[in-house]
Amino acid sequence: MTRFIERHPAWALIVIIAVAVALWLIFAVWPPGLEEAVGRKRVFLNAVFNGITLGGLYFLVASGFTLIFGLMRNVNLAHGSLYLFGGYVGYAISASTGSWVLSFIVAFVLTALVGVLLQVLVFRRMEGQDLRQTMVTIGLSIVFADLMLWACGGDFYQIQTPNWLIGPIELPLLTAVKSSGEPVYLRYPLVRLVIFLASVAIGIAMWLALNRTRIGMIIRAGVDDRDILAATGVRIQVVFVLVFALGAGLAGIAGVVGGTFQSLSPGEDIRFLLASLVVVIVGGMGSIPGAALGALIIGLAEQLGSVYIPTYAIVVTFLIMVLVLALRPQGLLARR
Amino acid sequence: MSVTHDVSVQVHRPASTVERPAARGWPDINNPAAWIVAAILLIMPLIANGFFLIEIFATTLILGTVALSLMFLAGYGGMVSLMQLSIAGFCAYMVAVFGVSGNANISLGWPWWLAVPMALTLAVMFGTLGGALAVRTEGIYTIMITLAIGAAFYYFTNQNWAIFNGHTGINNVSTPRFWGVDWRADIPFYYVVLATAGLCYFAVDYISRAPFGLALQGVRDNPRRMSALGFNVNAHRVAAYAVASFIAGLAGVLQVWNYRQISPGSVSVGACIDILIIAVVGGITRPVGPYIGALVFVLLRTFALDFLVKIGLDGNRFRLLIGLGFLAIVFWSSDGVIGLWQRWRQSQLGEANRQGGGRGHG
Repeated sequence: MTRFIERHPAWALIVIIAVAVALWLIFAVWPPGLEEAVGRKRVFLNAVFNGITLGGLYFLVASGFTLIFGLMRNVNLAHGSLYLFGGYVGYAISASTGSWVLSFIVAFVLTALVGVLLQVLVFRRMEGQDLRQTMVTIGLSIVFADLMLWACGGDFYQIQTPNWLIGPIELPLLTAVKSSGEPVYLRYPLVRLVIFLASVAIGIAMWLALNRTRIGMIIRAGVDDRDILAATGVRIQVVFVLVFALGAGLAGIAGVVGGTFQSLSPGEDIRFLLASLVVVIVGGMGSIPGAALGALIIGLAEQLGSVYIPTYAIVVTFLIMVLVLALRPQGLLARR
Repeated sequence: MSVTHDVSVQVHRPASTVERPAARGWPDINNPAAWIVAAILLIMPLIANGFFLIEIFATTLILGTVALSLMFLAGYGGMVSLMQLSIAGFCAYMVAVFGVSGNANISLGWPWWLAVPMALTLAVMFGTLGGALAVRTEGIYTIMITLAIGAAFYYFTNQNWAIFNGHTGINNVSTPRFWGVDWRADIPFYYVVLATAGLCYFAVDYISRAPFGLALQGVRDNPRRMSALGFNVNAHRVAAYAVASFIAGLAGVLQVWNYRQISPGSVSVGACIDILIIAVVGGITRPVGPYIGALVFVLLRTFALDFLVKIGLDGNRFRLLIGLGFLAIVFWSSDGVIGLWQRWRQSQLGEANRQGGGRGHG
């Protein structure tokens, strides 16, 4: 952090000012002039919170994607299919047993199993031929999409939110002050906050696992140079399978999350594949903190965009990607 | 970086060894099969009825031309671009926007000979800009970035009503009519498509042997060495994108004339990936590959439904069939149908040579 400030004082200043403005916008009571110009603060805060929680969901999808890419150099374009598969599994479990938590566990385990099968049966056979692997994942995503359409039909599914998470809670954030002087606080759906906190927890756990444990050390070494790592006697194939299982499982969990606060239907696989592509391009391929930052930026841009410039929301996301590619092609937080 | 290039070298080596003897002159001129195919294509209107002529052969040639632009980038430039269909779609939209269509509030009503060059220019600009972005990265990153560009274009056309008319698209696009000929009538249109596709095919064939194409293939095989030799690697790549965008744009013009309408559905992400499938199934080492792939794809798309129903399966599963076929090709033959055929012929030749005591290929 300090090195970043020393090396790029101008950028650091811009970032600090932007963060300060954002914090002021979130915490201060807006003066009337601003409300007239931009709209109600409640709308803005809702968009910001939607953006952050959507960013949490994107992070869940993209972190698995970026982890798999970082270690195996395999662009898994079937990642969106794993997301949708996890969502359908979660829906089936929650509809039949009524347990939301159980649906997470089953979705994680089943998608992780699919991931293991993919790694063992497909990707291990064509190691090092990344172009061919990418083509195979495209073929797989077509096959999976059609199989899921076959099994589940074209309907929309939504996973039932459990009772203890239904309803809004009041956050200690002022949206306005009534004329009587009574403060109005922001009300926000509890389930989205819980999901966001869970994704933050998963992110921190992944960071700790990667940076503080032995298996994390092996994975990081594999990202840097897998040939040398294999030469030191690590059973790299086992590590590959584990990482693929973890990445796929995370996509499955994300599917359940997405099925809870959005909906599941054919086509969502491509949407989330695209989202994770943009997120990792912005954040930097193979970097977990990059995926977190990218997910936050893209989630916020999408939600704020859809509130303030509804016609061009998707273009904003795209422009961010173009800007990052033009200024820093390797992504914001990737190492050169 | 290096990994990707090793791969592309590996993939293309068989092609370059096969093509090298024919590197001078037109490679197809001594091939009787090529003459037969050309003759059949020319007299097609005598053989086929309107449905086959337009729905099968014209569509094949149009899709094949889009895939040809991808083949040009992937085969000679080593850049797998998934946005070629978006460029074609953009050009199609521009023809509809500048030309005459049923949506009078959007279309500017220019005559076709003004609207088409304008659309092509814009499409080349769009493709070149996208290419300039994509060449900042290498190999598999290119796939991702071009896929993201294609998807962004799809969502944009869905959301924008001022130019692209949202998800309904632009309908009743008028087609050219001059010299007393309705060029959208089945037979004239078939010849227009055939001429365009032939032009693109021979242009790509020519460029691949021209200095620019040779430099491009050098850039594909070893960019470092090429830049050490004084070639501007990125400029060659961006120029390749410009050429490919022009080809894709031509196909886009034909596409909008064929269907007389254009909507976001025809530039969807799935359709972009279909182009990749076509090119890979046909084979990305030779310009003829995309057309073979397109023929296979169009035949499957048209007849798989009836065929599946006939053998007692669900007719809606044709995408499954295409996906599985694509997987099989990628698994067993990295250079597509052409590769299979070449290998089969080489084994035949090898046997003949061995029997005749000639030089065997080992």
